[in-house]
Amino acid sequence: MSTLALEDLQVRYPGAAAPVLRGLSLVQPLGTIACLLGPSGCGKSTALRAIAGFEPLEAGRIVLAGQVLSGPGRHVEPERRGVGLLFQEIALFPHLDAAANVGFGLRRRPRAERDQRVRELLAMVGLESLGARMPHELSGGQQQRIALARALAPSPRLLLLDEPFSSLDATTRDRLAGEVRDILRAAGQTALMVTHDPDEAETIGDWIGVMDGGRLVEWRPAGSPASEPTLNC
Amino acid sequence: MRTVLGRPRAVGPLWHATATAIALAVLAPLAALAWTALGAGTAHWGHLVAHVLPLAAAQTATLLAGVGLLTALVGTGSAWLVTRTDFPGRAVLQWALLLPLTVPTYIAAYSYVDLLHPIGPFQSAVRALLGVESPRQFRLPDARSMTGAVLVLSAVLYPYVYLSMRAMFATQPARLMEVARLLGEGPWGAFRRVALPMARPALAVGVGLVLLEVLNDVGASEFLGVTTLTTTVYTTWITRSDLGAAAQIACAMLAMVALLVWLERQGRRRRRAGTVHAMRPAPRRRLRGLRAGLAAAAAALPVLIGFVLPAGHLAVLAWQRAAEGHGLSAQVLAGARHSAGLALGVTAIAVAAGLLVAWASRPTGGAGRRRAWWLGSAALGYGIPGTVLAIGLLPPALAMDGWIAGALGWPGLPLMGLGAVLVVACVLRFLALPIGGVEAGLARLPAPLEQVARSLGESPWGTLRRVHLPLLRPALSASALLVFIDVMKELPASLLLRPANFETLPTLLYAEAARGSYEHGALAALLIVAVGLPAVLLLSREPAPASPADDASPAFMPMKEAT
Repeated sequence: MSTLALEDLQVRYPGAAAPVLRGLSLVQPLGTIACLLGPSGCGKSTALRAIAGFEPLEAGRIVLAGQVLSGPGRHVEPERRGVGLLFQEIALFPHLDAAANVGFGLRRRPRAERDQRVRELLAMVGLESLGARMPHELSGGQQQRIALARALAPSPRLLLLDEPFSSLDATTRDRLAGEVRDILRAAGQTALMVTHDPDEAETIGDWIGVMDGGRLVEWRPAGSPASEPTLNC
Repeated sequence: MRTVLGRPRAVGPLWHATATAIALAVLAPLAALAWTALGAGTAHWGHLVAHVLPLAAAQTATLLAGVGLLTALVGTGSAWLVTRTDFPGRAVLQWALLLPLTVPTYIAAYSYVDLLHPIGPFQSAVRALLGVESPRQFRLPDARSMTGAVLVLSAVLYPYVYLSMRAMFATQPARLMEVARLLGEGPWGAFRRVALPMARPALAVGVGLVLLEVLNDVGASEFLGVTTLTTTVYTTWITRSDLGAAAQIACAMLAMVALLVWLERQGRRRRRAGTVHAMRPAPRRRLRGLRAGLAAAAAALPVLIGFVLPAGHLAVLAWQRAAEGHGLSAQVLAGARHSAGLALGVTAIAVAAGLLVAWASRPTGGAGRRRAWWLGSAALGYGIPGTVLAIGLLPPALAMDGWIAGALGWPGLPLMGLGAVLVVACVLRFLALPIGGVEAGLARLPAPLEQVARSLGESPWGTLRRVHLPLLRPALSASALLVFIDVMKELPASLLLRPANFETLPTLLYAEAARGSYEHGALAALLIVAVGLPAVLLLSREPAPASPADDASPAFMPMKEAT
């Protein structure tokens, strides 16, 4: 059962007539990186929010490594899922410095261990000297790297990335995409990323999924030819 | 089939239940009011309808119309002057125009009645100038009249309109005015056909707040000899001890409040369509010579009438008393102590309760979540006049007191005697301030912060403690300050609900005014005005308080003050 399995997910926003997700299913092996592509409004981000536990399901199940996270009569609270999240907007805690942001999810560890882990992570994202900076003293790319280190700190079973580079400029975006792929690969981190950029998806992903109208319409290994040559996004 | 299998929770069931209970506590006095009014029978009602209500209702309507019109005029005009023109002194006047907010209506009335008395300083000076000897030969119209009441109330209430109009004018894009000019409108035409219609929602908010303050006022109307519904409720209960009839009149007032709130909602219904963002605001036009002088004088006049004269007169009276050797009397000291104690207690409870309610109903992400009903009803107390709230709290409080006294064998009224009922009344009335403050504060935080904290393993409670509380500290302290100041000047509910022998600064002042001994109360009045000054500083620091949390804040959630 070493997979992330989405089984026929259905999500509808309160008051909306049509569901955003209408029967989304996919199976992703753990230890791999998958990228979800699709036009805006196709439900990519909603899928991530549902996996993280921020959207209630109308129907379907979310199963991670054999454990049902969401399903009939069951909803594991977001903080108990072991799922990390990296947002499109850079969302560092503005009242904490970079190191404290990275250490936020490590509160229950002994202090020495926590400090050690924060140092490792800062080094991993190449910002070991900037731990004492406040978020507003960091550039956009630096902030997103801190956010990545923060998301990886508690060693999540699954990392979700919601267009994490879209608020950065083109040069930073390309460089950071390569770096993030290397970091995730080196850590053997299971990750599911949403993007609207097919090149970015090919660079980072082991698997490419294409969504449309709240469903998965394609699922293939990266590098293999797309069945639909014109991606509408 | 639409079954929700599991919903991520914002708060646990206990927290949820507490938030609901707080909201219901605000609704309780209204229910009690309706119950009392219905149960009172119609015996007195006939008398009220025939002899009391017509006059009181007509006077109230006249007062509302007059004050509404005058504050709209003064508030809009002064806001236009300081946002669209530049003249010497503009930078100072911009915040000085807020100063009248520190003068509660009853203190303005208190000061002006003495200032404009036929043998008071103003008329004496005028007579000296004209060379007239006796007040019998020359006498100005009495301040104690409907006209006087409209003028005095408007003089200190116009800042509500000024604040919201200033924010509106400061953000209106220049281009629209330029288009109007290019289409052949003069400056006045552009103002009348473009700027003013666009500002209508802000005007509705400002005038709405003013009118609620007028309905809340009990002291000023009484000092100025105007019989309003509010004073009628008060006298019906205090002098005739007729709770049923008081409740019936209070219900009539509630109907007026509901009408006002409805009108205000109508007025700002299309607010969203009326705001244009991300465009260059209109530049200020530099005035020179005579026009600059006229503009400065026009903008200074409201400050003079609303603050300098009444507060200055109190300062002179207090100085004279001090020079005669009467410093802070024991009474004033006790009043200040009581007021501060009451205000501190109410502030602590209201801020905690407001945080609890607002945080429980925060959006936890996702689209289209509706605002929880309990937020609206918990903030409702702000629109309810203090007198009405007090009359609504009396029946349940008296019943509970009777029950406690019976059960424990205590004499008298334990809750009333301890001031618990007054504390509850103030909390219910001012709960809207921390709720609105926290709500606006939360709206300014990036939405993903909470989700990040949760996905990093924090519980909702831990998220509040480690993320929201540190980030909400400015919002919390600002609303705490506003609640504190509001309670320091609260008069109507204090008059009705304070324990025996417990005088606050405002009730002390009320008693002195009733005795006509104005100079004795001057120091108390001056203290109340001084306490309000930090609020003005707070408001003047924020250039556009009406804009940020637009629809997130309750309709009558204000940057505000009460009488």
